[in-house]
Amino acid sequence: MKNKLLELKDVNTYYGSIHALKGVSMEIYEGEIVTLIGSNGAGKSTTLSSITGLTPPQSGSIIFEGKDITKEKSANIIKMGIGISPEGREVFPTLTVMENLKAGAYTRTSKTEIKESLDHVFELFPRLQERKKQYAGTLSGGEQQMLAIGRAMMCKPKLLLLDEPSLGLAPNLVEMIFKLIMRINKTGVTVMLIEQNANMALQISDRGYVLETGKVTLSGPAEDLRTNDEVRKAYLGNA
Amino acid sequence: MIAQQLVYGVILGMVYALLAVGYSLVFGILRLLNMSHGSVYAFGAHMALMAVTLTWGLPAAFIFTIVATGVLNVVINNVVLAPLRARNAPNITLLISVTGVSYIIQNGLMLTFGSTRMPFPKIFDYGNITIGGVTITSTQLSILIVTLLLFAILFLITNCTKMGLAMRCSSQNPKAANLVGIDVRKVVTFTFFLSGMSAAVAGYMIAGYYEMVYFTMGTAAGLKAFAAAVLGGIGVLYGSVAGGVIVGIAEAMATTFLGSNYAEASAYVILFLVLLLKPSGLFGKDNLEKV
Repeated sequence: MKNKLLELKDVNTYYGSIHALKGVSMEIYEGEIVTLIGSNGAGKSTTLSSITGLTPPQSGSIIFEGKDITKEKSANIIKMGIGISPEGREVFPTLTVMENLKAGAYTRTSKTEIKESLDHVFELFPRLQERKKQYAGTLSGGEQQMLAIGRAMMCKPKLLLLDEPSLGLAPNLVEMIFKLIMRINKTGVTVMLIEQNANMALQISDRGYVLETGKVTLSGPAEDLRTNDEVRKAYLGNA
Repeated sequence: MIAQQLVYGVILGMVYALLAVGYSLVFGILRLLNMSHGSVYAFGAHMALMAVTLTWGLPAAFIFTIVATGVLNVVINNVVLAPLRARNAPNITLLISVTGVSYIIQNGLMLTFGSTRMPFPKIFDYGNITIGGVTITSTQLSILIVTLLLFAILFLITNCTKMGLAMRCSSQNPKAANLVGIDVRKVVTFTFFLSGMSAAVAGYMIAGYYEMVYFTMGTAAGLKAFAAAVLGGIGVLYGSVAGGVIVGIAEAMATTFLGSNYAEASAYVILFLVLLLKPSGLFGKDNLEKV
């Protein structure tokens, strides 16, 4: 049995008066790729922002590596080893690629370790190395996505959260991003993935959760979800 | 004659630039026009006066002024602005609040120090230097050196330190800054300290230059520095420096050629003309948030 890396227990999160997560429970094990599936507004991104402390839950608990991080500040959560590539990439537009990556390592202090991570990121994304002096705002959409993932990798995450990494990218780039996610996962990083492209996401995932209006309605091995009639009808578009 | 006025203008402009940088620092990170900045500058001058009256000597007085004013700015942020931000108050609420703070500080100064103009000893008074018909006093030269030094320090902090990187990240995208593990609240606090610090130095310099301190001294200077910040492109530090120098030179030139009655207006005329041609200011970034 693998170790439990992250656990959400009956998490309730509100945006103002909107009850966005209604008792969400999940478990992520070390080394897995887990996909969250759901339509817009189902609570996928809120699940991630609850984990990272941007929208802390009102009740329930989030346990990472055995520690309760429910009320922890974002800065501390990132420092514990959770990296996120947020929806819409959110790179720093008038910082260079290099500065963006350095910002990603903000919670770390050892210069040699940061250098190791930087080499690793450049190995994963050679394009970023070519453009390291360029402003992030001048990069193409695909390059910005690489930068967002690279930046998240700079905190040396044990858990990598990816929110819509393929959104708005050309098909060949989508394939490339998915290959990279698998490569990153092989180096021992656990991945939690949100994707519009549910079919592809489930192909590379171990397990998946289906969210509907703030609740988990279905969960299981990715292969089972892929062949589930309800899921196929609602999210895979090939019923 | 023109060269001489140019020197006056540049010196004056450097001090406006110091104040303008304070506006820019805070605006850059919070998108807030900190209308209490002029009063904070007056507070700095009064702290300097207090330290000088207690005959602490220049280094101690200088450090005391910087720390006291920096702390005041941090208090303004933590007591007034942070709770409002925590409740997602709209920017207009923050704007009104800092305007109120400005009056509270001014009246506090009046109650503590009185409403009369108080003499302040001239600083760095070692005589004059004349180069090619242009005379520059040691006070002016010192103001120039001190402000340049402070700009160099600010530049180093924002561009070469980890805190500076955090400031730039928080300024460009606070959400993403949080998500890379930057404690944006701490960064904001630090920014307010830096802004207060530059206001303190400006207050000290101007008090020593005009040899005078009074509780409303921040009103006109604060507004002109604000104009300078907008002129240069608010949020851009070197833009604020350029804006300050332009406003200073314009004021010196207007005094010479049009009379001192027009001096006060010159900053705003230039501001108006520049904004007609380039609404984001000389060095302003138009598309900062669109990317």
